[in-house]
Amino acid sequence: MATYSLTAPLRDEDLRKLRAGDVVRLSGTVYTARDAAHKRLCEQLDNNEEPPFPLQGAVIYYVGPSPAPEGRPIGSAGPTTSYRMDTYAPRLHALGVKASIGKGKRSQAVRNALQEHTGVYFGATGGAGALLSQCITAAEVIAYADLGPEAVRRLTVQDFPLLVVNDSHGNELYAKPNYDL
Amino acid sequence: MRNIEAREIHEAVVGLVTQAARHLPPDVNQALAAALAREESDSAREILGQLLENAELAARTGLPLCQDTGVGVFFVELGADVRVQGVLPEIINAAMVEGYAKGLLRKSLCHPLTRKNTGDNSPAAIHVDIVPGDRLTIMHMAKGGGSENMSRCTMLTPAQGWAGIKDFVVRRMAEAGPNPCPPTIVGVGIGGTFDMAPALAKKALFRPVGIRNPDPEIAAMELELLDAVNDLGIGPMGLGGRTTSLDVKIEMRPCHIASLPLAVNVQCHSSRVREVVL
Repeated sequence: MATYSLTAPLRDEDLRKLRAGDVVRLSGTVYTARDAAHKRLCEQLDNNEEPPFPLQGAVIYYVGPSPAPEGRPIGSAGPTTSYRMDTYAPRLHALGVKASIGKGKRSQAVRNALQEHTGVYFGATGGAGALLSQCITAAEVIAYADLGPEAVRRLTVQDFPLLVVNDSHGNELYAKPNYDL
Repeated sequence: MRNIEAREIHEAVVGLVTQAARHLPPDVNQALAAALAREESDSAREILGQLLENAELAARTGLPLCQDTGVGVFFVELGADVRVQGVLPEIINAAMVEGYAKGLLRKSLCHPLTRKNTGDNSPAAIHVDIVPGDRLTIMHMAKGGGSENMSRCTMLTPAQGWAGIKDFVVRRMAEAGPNPCPPTIVGVGIGGTFDMAPALAKKALFRPVGIRNPDPEIAAMELELLDAVNDLGIGPMGLGGRTTSLDVKIEMRPCHIASLPLAVNVQCHSSRVREVVL
């Protein structure tokens, strides 16, 4: 398992080398979006409107941060559970999104989309919101401000610690539960 | 009768809410440290190390442990000899709102269909029991949505018994896998009625990690379930390892001769509970 330092937006050549289990330190620009923001974003796409951020090469972080204390760009900011965004993710990957950051399992449809469109799914440590916020150096609400914690934010991240959970070659990192489901 | 002023309750609840969000209870911290000492897999050790570092950082900086500062859940035991100056649930709800605002905690509640945020994290989920005595005990939990979503309730047949209960709980945790932020704490409510079993499961989560149910037979069931859940091998954040859950807590009460209600309330590793006795 390798460690890579990457800068977002991401390119296909960044992603093809990644394998499930690799560690990535991500820097650059990522966009936050979770449940309600995904619904609105896809409604905008349905209406042929411009999305609130460029989708090409984008990394979407599934997070609803807590309010920023004075002197800091953001409050706690760990990943939310990703499967709730599975409805939307294949379409966004088809439109150029390269990666998402969250926690928990993805659907087969999302895993297929990662293979088809050269994308990856990154895991970050759930519940470590105070720790992860230290890697966020700037944050700005750029769309859907009325959604409060679910608004779309442009984040600048520095060496954000990630694990490749699903790669673009069909591999998955999670342990298979020792149970006949 | 003993009078308790609304102001005293209000201040106590604001303190509970703001402190719970930032300070991991000592029993949970110790359980994570013990798990770190026991784990052999590198990824499990890495995750557990991050969680301990996160707890230390939150306590030091005042940042919430997790960005999901949850629904404000309260289990209240009101002594029959206490007179509260005011309407108790209203006092608790208003104090919860103030605590979430003052503590810079995330407001996570919304209309279930339009998804419009209520803006102040209200309403609190409040359970009140009247108990003997002249004290007021307020237990608070900041309950996150990711783990709550992995919870389930079912009505088993009496014939399914312990084997059915065990299968349902272990299967649920296997299906939940990495989603609820393992290592989890599992609350199990057995018996009562359809509405009571989930409340028992949630109340069970207030008991500190490592403290067993006082009934030795139920205590043995807790340990049997804990072993079975940890044998799943899901591990911290689903990356494999010995620590899928830190503990299993069972609360049980009699049920109808036709019924066997069962509820599993899943708690993430960030088990933020606090209690005050007035």
